[in-house]
This record gives sequence, C-alpha cells and structure tokens, in this order.
Amino acid sequence: MALKGNLRDVTITQLLNLINLARKTGTLTVEGPKEVAWVSFNGGKLIYAQLGNEDGTLIGILTKAGKMTPKQAQVIRTHAGDKRDKELGLLLINAGYLTQQDILIGIRKYVLDIVYQLFTWIDGFFRFDADVLPPEDSITIRLNLENIIMEGSRHVQEWEYLQEEIPNLNMALNFVERPDANIRDVQLTVEEWRVVSYINPKNTIHQIAKANKMNDLEIRRIVYGLLQAGLIDIVRPEGMSLPMQARRLPPVDKKKQTSLVNRLIERIRSM
Amino acid sequence: MQTVKMVVTGPFNSGKTAFICSVSEIDVVSTERKISTEAERVKETTTVAMDFGRITVDDDLVLYLFGTPGQKRFDFMWEILSEGMLGFIVMVDSARPETFREARGILQTFRAYAPTPYVVAANKQDHEDAWEVDDLRIALKLASNVKMLPCVATDKESVKKVLLELLYSILEEMKETG
Repeated sequence: MALKGNLRDVTITQLLNLINLARKTGTLTVEGPKEVAWVSFNGGKLIYAQLGNEDGTLIGILTKAGKMTPKQAQVIRTHAGDKRDKELGLLLINAGYLTQQDILIGIRKYVLDIVYQLFTWIDGFFRFDADVLPPEDSITIRLNLENIIMEGSRHVQEWEYLQEEIPNLNMALNFVERPDANIRDVQLTVEEWRVVSYINPKNTIHQIAKANKMNDLEIRRIVYGLLQAGLIDIVRPEGMSLPMQARRLPPVDKKKQTSLVNRLIERIRSM
Repeated sequence: MQTVKMVVTGPFNSGKTAFICSVSEIDVVSTERKISTEAERVKETTTVAMDFGRITVDDDLVLYLFGTPGQKRFDFMWEILSEGMLGFIVMVDSARPETFREARGILQTFRAYAPTPYVVAANKQDHEDAWEVDDLRIALKLASNVKMLPCVATDKESVKKVLLELLYSILEEMKETG
C-alpha cells in the first residue's frame, strides 16, 4: 500500500519514525502550503533533501553556507560548464579551494535545515516513493534519524513559542526611539545585520525574510532576539491597506467625530 | 440613533467581563460557560462568544462595550468583534505573569486588525501579588507612548478612568490626523 496522506493526520515526526524503524529506502515528497520538499532515505538513513525552487546545487549550498561569495559562485559556474556536483566537488577539493569536510558540513547543514523546517509544517500532502533516490551525480550524506527526530521536536517547541510571540509576519519593524539604545554598540551576527539592514516601516517581516532567503523560523528567531534586546518594535507597515472591517468611525466629518467623542467623554465623566 | 463600539480584550480571566459589568447600564449580556479545560480552571465559568454592555450617551448616541472571549480556541471571534471599533482596551491580570506573553500576543493581533487607539489596563492592582504598572510595562515591552493604566475592574471609578483615557487618546489621534 502506498505511503501517502496528510500531515494533519500523520506528523513528520511519525513519518520519520516509521522510515527509521522500517529502514526504508526512497523519497518522501511533502507538498506544504507554500512549497514542496523532497527528502531521500537509504536504509532508514537521511541522505538528501531539496526544497522547492531553492538552489540545491553544490555551488548554491556552499554559497548559502558562506563558503564562497556570490561572485566566486558566478565565476565557478561559468568555468564549470555542465559539470555535475560530484565532479565539481572533486575539482574544488583538488584545486585547494575547499576541503572535503567543508563540502560535507555545508551539505549536512543544508539538508538538516530543510528537514527541521518540515517539522513546522502542520498541513500538506505527503507521499513516500519506495526506491526512488536522488540523481546519481548528487552528493549524498548518511545521517541517523533518531537525533534528527529529537532535535526536530525541540524545533517544534521553539517554533510554537516564536509563533505566539510573533504571530503576524505581515507586520513591519522599526527601531525603538530610545536614546540609550544604539544598534552600533550591539554585537550582532551576520544574519542579524542582514535583517537589520532591511528594518524600515515599509518592509514587512515576510518581505525581509524573502530578501534574505530566510524561512519563517529563521526570521522569527532573529526578530525575537532583536525584540528581546529592546532594539526594535513591531509596527503596522506604511501604506498597508486596511481590511474593510478595520474602519473605525462612521464616515462623518472630523467636526462631528470630535463632537461624538466629546459627548462620550462627558457621559462617562458624569456616571 | 448612532452607535459606537469599544472592545475589551485580554487573556483568559484578566477581568474583561467584570470591567464591562462595572459601567454597563444594562445587565451584561454574557455568554459564559463552565470551564472545560483543567489547565484553565482558575474560575468556574468563562466567556465563550462575547460580553455585551451598553452606555447610553443621549437620545442619538449609544456606546457598546464588547468583551472578547479569553480562551485561545475562541480567537476566531476576535476579528469579528473588532469590526468597526472606535478603540480597544487590553486587560492584563497584573497578578498572573504567566499570562503576560499571551497579553502581548493579543495586543499585537488587535493592532493588526485595526490601527485604532488603545490603552492597556493593568487589572487586579488591588491583589497582593499584582505587579507594579512600571514593571508590567517592561514585561509587556510597551513603548513609553502607550498608555498603561492601573485598574481594578470591579471598581466603577477605576473603569471610568480607563475608558476616559482611551477616549482622550482617540481625540488626540483625531487632532494629529486632522
């Protein structure tokens, strides 16, 4: 029987447990609300993952991991021609640009980021195609699922917490007006600086995440840290059109509105 | 007859129903049910749809006060209740720090629904475990320009002060945007 269904009925944790215990080989396709993810396993071990239209080539992964700049990536792509990932990886190692360890760490992080992201998906169809494996020329790894399941569960807890703290990614951010808070005096990570550079009441949190190629968890984590440090505040984006129901007073002129509020004030004072 | 509405929101058991009862000229139309969740059984009943109170201003104007349900699973009602509101009041139980985070979440959600003026009422200030207003402001991460007022929802004068401060904020905003 085909292993398929909805994440509402079978969670990612349950699916990974099943794949692990049954030592399955094949590819799990998960169609989430926004993206599709493919995760491959061999004998119950995690070997490969790919998310939507993300650049999952070796160059893309290494650029994302900060092992090369976009400019270097462009040069390598031009020179690499139609070389596949395995071949390209060997070339980079032999040329002394990177070590085998650099490549494996980069791929491991890339694959795990995708899988941990899947833990936060609560809705979406999944299908497991037995014996379907990534292309021959892909560089694969072998990771035990037990630790991933445990770490993923921790991510879910963090995800739930952050979602409660920052429920709406369509809001914007602004720097707090505090004379004692100077962002230049705060030690920020590269990722935090990237987010900070986009903070402006015109940009929604979602847009900042998109510009920085961050997923919802990553952006929430950074925004939460900046909020905790008291450096930023969540504000309504400039120019954001209000929903119909958000209209406040009946469409009367300002004078009438002021008179109405003054009447309310008088009434409550006299109670 | 013109009607205007204010919304009283806040976490479970923050005192929304008591707040409305203190100033409503009619018996509050309350849709309370026995608490079903063990974790939330700090009181016997809770509001599941909305509370509804009324203050008649004159022959032409009536103010309605709507209280939102406090339990999270009824939050689908919030957007409906926020429709057309003049402003809103976020009630916080000053003596239950475990609800502060939720209060912040509710505040953010309502700000997203409508950019109407709002005030935060630090309720249960008569409780011996109540946090001071200044400490609460820090815990709730409220900017200095957000009005945060001490409140005892069962005391009519205290509730009047909160309502008046909200109305003053509405007037101020009208002047600014006018």
